[in-house]
Amino acid sequence: MTLTAKPAAATPPADEPGPPAASARPKRARRSPLTWIRGGGAWNLAFLAPMLIVFGVFSWGPIVQSVVMSFQKTNLVSPPVWVGLDNFARVLSDPNLSTAVLNTMYFAGLALLFGFPLPIIMAVLMSEVKRGKGLYSALAYLPVVVPPVVAVLLWKVFYNASPDGVFNTILGFFGIPPQPWLQSSATAMPSLVIEATWAAAGGSIIIYLAALIAVPPELYDAAEVDGAGIWRKIWHVTLPQLRGILFIMLILQVIGTAQVFLEPYLFTGGGPNNATLTVLLLIYRYAFQNSLGGAYGEATALSLMLAIFLGLLSWLYFKLTDRWSTN
Amino acid sequence: MKSPRTVVIAGIAALAMVGSLAACSQSSGSEDGKLELRVATFPPGADQAAYDAFAEQEKQFEKANPDIDVVGLEYEWTAPTFAAQLAGGSLPDVFTVPFTDSKTLLENGQLMDVTKEIDDLGYSDKFNPIILNEVTGSDGELYGFPRQAYANGLHYNRALFEQAGLDPDSPPTTWDEVRADAKIIAEKTGKAGYATMAAGNTGGWQLSVQADSRGASLQTDNGDGTYTSTIDNDATKSTLEFLHDLRWEDDAMGSTFDLDWGTINQEFAAGNIGMYTSGSDVYTALVRDFGMAPDNYGLTVIPTEDGGGVLGGGDIAVMPPTLDADTKAAAVKWIDWYYMQKLLNEDAAVTDAKALAASDQAVGTPVLPVLDKDTWDQQQEWIAPYVNVPQDQMTGFFDGIFEQTPVGEFKGQTQPIYALMDNLVQAVLTDQNADIDALLTQVDVDAQALLDQ
Repeated sequence: MTLTAKPAAATPPADEPGPPAASARPKRARRSPLTWIRGGGAWNLAFLAPMLIVFGVFSWGPIVQSVVMSFQKTNLVSPPVWVGLDNFARVLSDPNLSTAVLNTMYFAGLALLFGFPLPIIMAVLMSEVKRGKGLYSALAYLPVVVPPVVAVLLWKVFYNASPDGVFNTILGFFGIPPQPWLQSSATAMPSLVIEATWAAAGGSIIIYLAALIAVPPELYDAAEVDGAGIWRKIWHVTLPQLRGILFIMLILQVIGTAQVFLEPYLFTGGGPNNATLTVLLLIYRYAFQNSLGGAYGEATALSLMLAIFLGLLSWLYFKLTDRWSTN
Repeated sequence: MKSPRTVVIAGIAALAMVGSLAACSQSSGSEDGKLELRVATFPPGADQAAYDAFAEQEKQFEKANPDIDVVGLEYEWTAPTFAAQLAGGSLPDVFTVPFTDSKTLLENGQLMDVTKEIDDLGYSDKFNPIILNEVTGSDGELYGFPRQAYANGLHYNRALFEQAGLDPDSPPTTWDEVRADAKIIAEKTGKAGYATMAAGNTGGWQLSVQADSRGASLQTDNGDGTYTSTIDNDATKSTLEFLHDLRWEDDAMGSTFDLDWGTINQEFAAGNIGMYTSGSDVYTALVRDFGMAPDNYGLTVIPTEDGGGVLGGGDIAVMPPTLDADTKAAAVKWIDWYYMQKLLNEDAAVTDAKALAASDQAVGTPVLPVLDKDTWDQQQEWIAPYVNVPQDQMTGFFDGIFEQTPVGEFKGQTQPIYALMDNLVQAVLTDQNADIDALLTQVDVDAQALLDQ
């Protein structure tokens, strides 16, 4: 795989007549394109090419293009016009931006509050179960298998705000009055978080279960000898042992929730009265909903700002937690 | 040296890649030397009979134009997909867009100039001038063929009226009567007596309709290319108060307040809504796409008060600006044949109505004339024997519509401002303590900011 894999090929065989200086050449010849091709470099490139081209065309190309577009005004038909930082200025002065940022933080906060500890608790409980562990794992993972759009549309039916809606009927059994769910500014966002937690928990549980298997059992034995009960074992053995994975899952969740789009887009379209308008949904609105293609610049500018913010946040997070996360 | 096997594998890899990339490109070739013309047909969800009727029409056109191969494409106008489809070259060669978007698109250079073609066909002075204005750019050129116009009407479910003990042949004629009937329907049937669209810009659209009917003017055209937002007015306020009271005092609007054009039609067709306002031509979609029983359908005019008028709209048949000359010529032929001739020519009108009726498609849906009134009256006579929609359940509309004052949609930033107005409707329907005055003040500020961009 390296360019120097077959240096001898460039050197004439000893029994062939050659110029007297031939023995001094190998170093130079090793770098020549011919050597590189003979050494298999071209084949390597040929095999890499499909991947490079696909990534280049469908992934890196659009990323670079969107950075360029954030400094342009374009409707994808007329030639683009360079507008400097105008798109950024317009986005920053949009009153919807603060609404979207606060809503996204609210979603992230709620998701963190409910969505982060729940899979840990579930995984720890499931790891304690002696029989039918596979069944519980499968049940926990099932929501992840349901296509997200299908799941959201199903939950939309469950969230029917009339008294005979699925959830309201269940609440009725306990004497709780019907809730407006998605039809009220106050309850719309928590409703989204409940579904998002349900949908994502399975994946996290599987990861935590895998990490729990790696915890040395003798640590539990030692703790037991010292008289530790189940909670002390979890607090002093399990959680410290999961520290590394917990930090990774936390930052992944923060990045994921900062980019929440599917739930507000499909459940509420950002309503009622912008109560579930998130940053990504705002980007979508700039690009598609109202503009007839006129605000791609603003959309890419906000995307770029979000990407930079998340990059910085991740860097800062790893910097801060570097010391703690290493075992 | 490399073994032959390695070479073969590398060759296959390269071929596979080239093949997959080639598959991404779109073929623009034509079959048997014919010109392939891709035309919009129906929105997703249309039934088989609609496609059968289209196939019949396609056959007739191709017989008259043997050098053109018509390919029908499922199509629904949506702003989010339009620009991407246009840039990606995947738009049909002929499609329709609503009046609300036509001005923005033609000013953006996203529609084909068809002034010469309209002149050559002799239509320029046939069109209703108010409607022709919808396709005229600031350069005075024409960018599409207006093909259908409608007025907004009050749609009601006759079955729910009967269940509630109301007379379906005497629908309400004032907004107070609408409120009273909605309350009765909700109490007697448990269904929403009245509903209104609230999402995806349709909330703003229908708020305009209802405010205009109370005498509102939501925007002033200053005549110099600038506009002043005047959404904050008494008529808009009384519309929002009306919706608020129906929702919170009468509890007559059900429990779903994020309906858009598709979902409100679905709910209405399913018998969950007593009344709502929408375009008069929605009957076709209700029956064809949403499965409504024709017997349950009723239509009357929107109540007007305080000098209010009825908001209208419509759509135009257009082409993307990227077509070559031959395709453009074929597209004009198709538009003329498929959309226009049936409005002007007895044979074409009868053939079209016959084909539609034979496939059980709606003939006689209430629309407004895009051409002059005389031509329209004449056309209505030609197709009268084939009318299959229950026009006797729409007498309120047919009797009243030409008495009402037509109002056009405001022109400046129509869709973005509708999006802002969505929030007004959502706020009064989901927040009992919504401060309507403060909301109206804010929406005017936000709308003006859009207009000043």
